[in-house]
Amino acid sequence: MAMKNRLLYVISVVALVLPFIFRNVNFQHIMIMLLIFAGLGESWNIITGFAGQTSFGHAAFFGIGAYTSTILFYKFGISPWVGMLLGALFAAVVSAIVSYPCFRLKGHYFAVATLAVAEIIKQLFVSWDYVEGATGISIPVKPDSFWMMQFHRSKIPYFLIAYVLFIVSVVIAVLIERNKMGYYLKAIRESHEAAEALGINTTRYKLYAMIVSSAVTAMFGTLYAQYILYIDPFMVFGLDISMKIVLLTVLGGLGTVYGPIIGSAILIPLSEYTRAFLGGTGKGIDLMIYGALIVIVACFEPRGVFGLFQRSKKRGAQYAKTTA
Amino acid sequence: MFLQVILTGALIGSVYSLVAVGLTLVWGLMDIINFAHGDMMMISMYTVFWLYTLLKFDPFVSLPISAGITALLGVLIYKFVIKRVVNAPGLMALLATFGLSLFIRNFAQFLWSPNYRFVGESILSGKRIFLADLIIGLPQLAAALGSIVMTFLIALFIKKTKTGKAIQATAQGRDIAELMGVNTEKIYAITFALSGICVGVAGTLLSGIFPVYPEAGAMYGLLAFVIVALGGFGNIWGAFYAGILIGLTEALGGFYLGTQFKYALAFLIYLLVLQFRPKGLFGW
Amino acid sequence: MPRPLLEIQNVTMKFGNLVANDDVSFSVNEGEIVSLIGPNGAGKTTLFNCISGFYKPVSGKIIFDGKDITGKSTHEITLLGLTRTFQIVKPLKEMTVKENVLTGAFLHAKNKKEAEQIAQKVLQTTHLWEKKDMLAGSLTIADKKRLEIARMLATRPRMMMLDEAMAGLNRTEVKEAMELCLMLNRDGITLLIVEHVMEAIMPISNRVVVLSAGKKIAEGSPEQIINNEEVIKAYLGERYYAKSRQANSRI
Repeated sequence: MAMKNRLLYVISVVALVLPFIFRNVNFQHIMIMLLIFAGLGESWNIITGFAGQTSFGHAAFFGIGAYTSTILFYKFGISPWVGMLLGALFAAVVSAIVSYPCFRLKGHYFAVATLAVAEIIKQLFVSWDYVEGATGISIPVKPDSFWMMQFHRSKIPYFLIAYVLFIVSVVIAVLIERNKMGYYLKAIRESHEAAEALGINTTRYKLYAMIVSSAVTAMFGTLYAQYILYIDPFMVFGLDISMKIVLLTVLGGLGTVYGPIIGSAILIPLSEYTRAFLGGTGKGIDLMIYGALIVIVACFEPRGVFGLFQRSKKRGAQYAKTTA
Repeated sequence: MFLQVILTGALIGSVYSLVAVGLTLVWGLMDIINFAHGDMMMISMYTVFWLYTLLKFDPFVSLPISAGITALLGVLIYKFVIKRVVNAPGLMALLATFGLSLFIRNFAQFLWSPNYRFVGESILSGKRIFLADLIIGLPQLAAALGSIVMTFLIALFIKKTKTGKAIQATAQGRDIAELMGVNTEKIYAITFALSGICVGVAGTLLSGIFPVYPEAGAMYGLLAFVIVALGGFGNIWGAFYAGILIGLTEALGGFYLGTQFKYALAFLIYLLVLQFRPKGLFGW
Repeated sequence: MPRPLLEIQNVTMKFGNLVANDDVSFSVNEGEIVSLIGPNGAGKTTLFNCISGFYKPVSGKIIFDGKDITGKSTHEITLLGLTRTFQIVKPLKEMTVKENVLTGAFLHAKNKKEAEQIAQKVLQTTHLWEKKDMLAGSLTIADKKRLEIARMLATRPRMMMLDEAMAGLNRTEVKEAMELCLMLNRDGITLLIVEHVMEAIMPISNRVVVLSAGKKIAEGSPEQIINNEEVIKAYLGERYYAKSRQANSRI
């Protein structure tokens, strides 16, 4: 356990230091996106990796976070920090409401239901004039200000916010995993009936997991909106966002705290660099290569990258045992 | 007018059904969510488009060719990708098909640009029949009838033929089927071919009605997920009726509430129905 | 006068037209070991599912420790101190043996430290301590059944219902399982056991209840059941009848 902790500390220190060493703007951009998506993966992992309830609809909560802060700022000039907290609260409420009907469904039926919920919310925002519908909202540019969460001279402040949120998501994931809730969620994942027989109120714990997961997801939504300074329903509520979160976590290793970090560290630079080098042609070469690489990784490392580490570690341990 | 809306919904619904039948075969048999399903359909639409543009083939003449190409594509997808991930834990198979979907879609964009293309004339285009107050476009009617016939053929194949029975056996339990002498790898490949034929036929029938572009299959793929789940995984007739239901919902919702809500309503129907039938209309 | 801990009152359970339990009544007293036997399809597991809250019976009442638990959810019933194992074992496969037991131990523990202590004790008494770091999915069938009991034990139950905890075990393993049952019972846990392995449960049971085709056809001490003509006809068959005679004469 101590060993595990140490590795997490190393990762968090390295992640913090890198953008100050490599002061290249593109690199800093990639670090920001990497941390945002790693954090999104951590929060998605709570409901899907730990509790085993596959959500294909986390874009719903991401979008709610983005829209809540943006609307409050755009219409009333309220600080995005307030919007971030309200967005998290709002996402938690929405997740609690939609979870009730969805949790009655098991397995793929649940997964498709979450997808349906996200698509419905997307459609509602597309046709909702008050939030500018499909046109989306450009966030009015203000001078650099921490309180208004806008920084134009340097990306470092955005990076630091992303970093803090990322650390929050990791800490939440670690705390859950190492305590009663983590054991309960994993028991639910392994067998609903066995979990119930062990005295676990499965519905309640799934609900807790969903609420925490959606609230953290929404906070990243706010940051994303403030960073990009433009949102529309397709961008923040789209299946693309939901699937990106799913992909990187599965790629890194489902149900482990390291999974989303590893997955994001592979996938985000890959997608950003392929886009930077090949995306300009408008011919989709970047996404083509990106897709092909995902297929290749899935085919040759079906246990996820973290599984690869674990196996080599186990092999090492076995070797140590046989030689001892 | 109401009847016209119902008719429109039922016609498009039968095409949805066929797409969903292709998806439910794979999903029910292998428990694999094929995210590239809609993109296979898009390939079929492009096949028809190019056969029409370059060789002046009528879409109905192209039908066997485009269905053959998507069937082959299905087998290739199985052989090179699915086979390696079918036993992988978690959602890895899903990851693979999602990557595949991205690849196919953007490959199409790379080769053929994102522009909308249209298959100009077929023997049926522009023709319509009038039935009392109802107007029925012949391409739409042909698409619907073709889809229904195809669904019947697939169902018949699964139920009556030796291969079909082997597919059923494999769906019940792979290990047992293996023990009974079923070559399950071959069965999986055949199922992917069947799935390919479904979208191949559907894509051909739709290419006369809708524009052809790299994202053309995306919405169908997504709706097919909902339809498959609504009908109950692996249930062919479930997918068929659910497809019609979604078609009707879309048409009625689009007409009475506005077209922007038609997909939202389709998803809402899924959530509502599953409150009463948590394993789909025909699930058990 | 022993107090009934669990009372089954006129429980009927139907699936469509199929009557799985037909007006079944019996009770289990505090500190007893009661066996529930009957041929395949007699409705034993269905009754277990009704008692443990997986099914809600069509009619009838189930009283545990004076409280009506009919139709309560499974986790509430476990919290009251009545828990069960599964005929088809349901190990939390991707978790280690220790984690499996720890999950149960959290139910009445105030914190993780206390849960760990409970888990350690349970692992030691059930002889799973050596295997605590193995993944539950990789255990042998005997150990999986033992783990079912162990993690239920960690929830500190007053009564356990064991669903065929001995089926598929070899002679030594059955013996160990019997000893485990007796030990649990000595620790004050009331047991209701569904079992096919007659040789194993007859010696340890205080009373036996026999179900056949959903109905209760007999209830009594093991000796009474062994000699009950109706039971023999319905279920045990001539072979066991002869065998039990032999066993009795040996004693």
